[in-house]
Amino acid sequence: MPLVRCRSVVCLFGRFPALAGLDLDVEAGEVLLCSGPNGAGKTTLLRMLAGLVPAHSGEAEVLGSDLFSDRRSPRRRLALVGHETFCYDDLTVRENLRFTARASGRDGDEIDAVTDRLGLAALSDVTHARLSAGQRRRLALANALVREPELLLLDEPHAGLDEAGRAVLHEVVAAAPAEGRTVVMASHELELARALATREVRIEAGRAHAITAAEARAANRPDQEVQGR
Amino acid sequence: MSLWREALLVAGKDLRIEARSRVALAQILPFGIVVVLLFAFALDPDRGVLARVAPGLFWIAVLLAALLAVGRSFAVETQSNARDGLRLAGLDGAAVFLGKSGAIATELLGLELVLGLGVVVLYDVEVHGLGVLVLAALAATVGVAATGTLYGVLAAGLRLRETLLPLLVLPVLAPVMLGATRAFEDGLAGAPGDAWPWVALLWIFGVLYTGIGVLAFGSLWEND
Repeated sequence: MPLVRCRSVVCLFGRFPALAGLDLDVEAGEVLLCSGPNGAGKTTLLRMLAGLVPAHSGEAEVLGSDLFSDRRSPRRRLALVGHETFCYDDLTVRENLRFTARASGRDGDEIDAVTDRLGLAALSDVTHARLSAGQRRRLALANALVREPELLLLDEPHAGLDEAGRAVLHEVVAAAPAEGRTVVMASHELELARALATREVRIEAGRAHAITAAEARAANRPDQEVQGR
Repeated sequence: MSLWREALLVAGKDLRIEARSRVALAQILPFGIVVVLLFAFALDPDRGVLARVAPGLFWIAVLLAALLAVGRSFAVETQSNARDGLRLAGLDGAAVFLGKSGAIATELLGLELVLGLGVVVLYDVEVHGLGVLVLAALAATVGVAATGTLYGVLAAGLRLRETLLPLLVLPVLAPVMLGATRAFEDGLAGAPGDAWPWVALLWIFGVLYTGIGVLAFGSLWEND
């Protein structure tokens, strides 16, 4: 049973189909890269999987829940790192993380470990408004990890990160399968993202296309298993 | 986590943000004081007009300041798209409603206390029937906070929310304005017996809109 199962999913913004009959399976422990041009539907796909955007037709199951009948239930078992941090300007790093943890039904014991891991420990008492763009990206990732998600959705995770930040991100994503975590990420930083991905699909015009063996070889990763729908 | 614990979590977060940012203290409260002062300038206190219309002026000042508090409550959710974070946490929409309206009500009670003192001093009002005034103020505050929160989330998804919120909320709050003003008039006139029907009306309104908010807020919150 795949962790994510989409069949002919259509998401509409007005009359515009952001997803136009998308088929996708994601198995537990995978690190799936969604590549594709701007406006192809990558962000909509991640937001739909997170239950933030409703699908209009097709079949969509995430973590065993049918998104057409219940978009809320899977949320406590997944996390989304989006273009913004989902944090409050006037709360400190620690206060933001504690609120997220408690709102997600966690006790917040893991906050220190997460801030240490992401290099945010020294910034624990700094408000979100005073963080730099790169520090905010790290906080966004920390905000996701304190929820201990089974499914981690990353939308352009490399954007705004310096070398050290990217190293931290790579450590988190590389360790995800061993920590019982499945990752779906959308990225334009293909070289960096492909180094982490176990599989890649290309999203174009709201549909997912398998990356062919020839494309994989062209991308200098001939040893990787090529799947996708 | 229970509904009430989730609501307390949201209320605590909103109040902490307000305490840290001091928007309520440095902007909303002074705005209410300025409105009370402007009425004092506009209506000559020597002619006794101010004392007679003090209840109505007080509640107009509270309602105008409440609009700012409601707008602020939803503005913080647009910072870094925090609203999506709150939705992703899987909190019950009813808990978010109760938490947000509880935080707004707490801020309004503080505001009413300060404005009430200002009205007593500036408008030369003698206070009688304190019990009925307090109960009327509590009921009116529940109603204003619940209605403001419900219409606040409606307006939050709209592009012109700053201008639409007053247009949506103020007509709905007309019964609160009427009931609270009459209850205060009767209470201050030393006739609390006449005030109780108005206090009852205010509580009915507050409970009704709290109930509607608990039932309806979740779907409005989800479908911005």
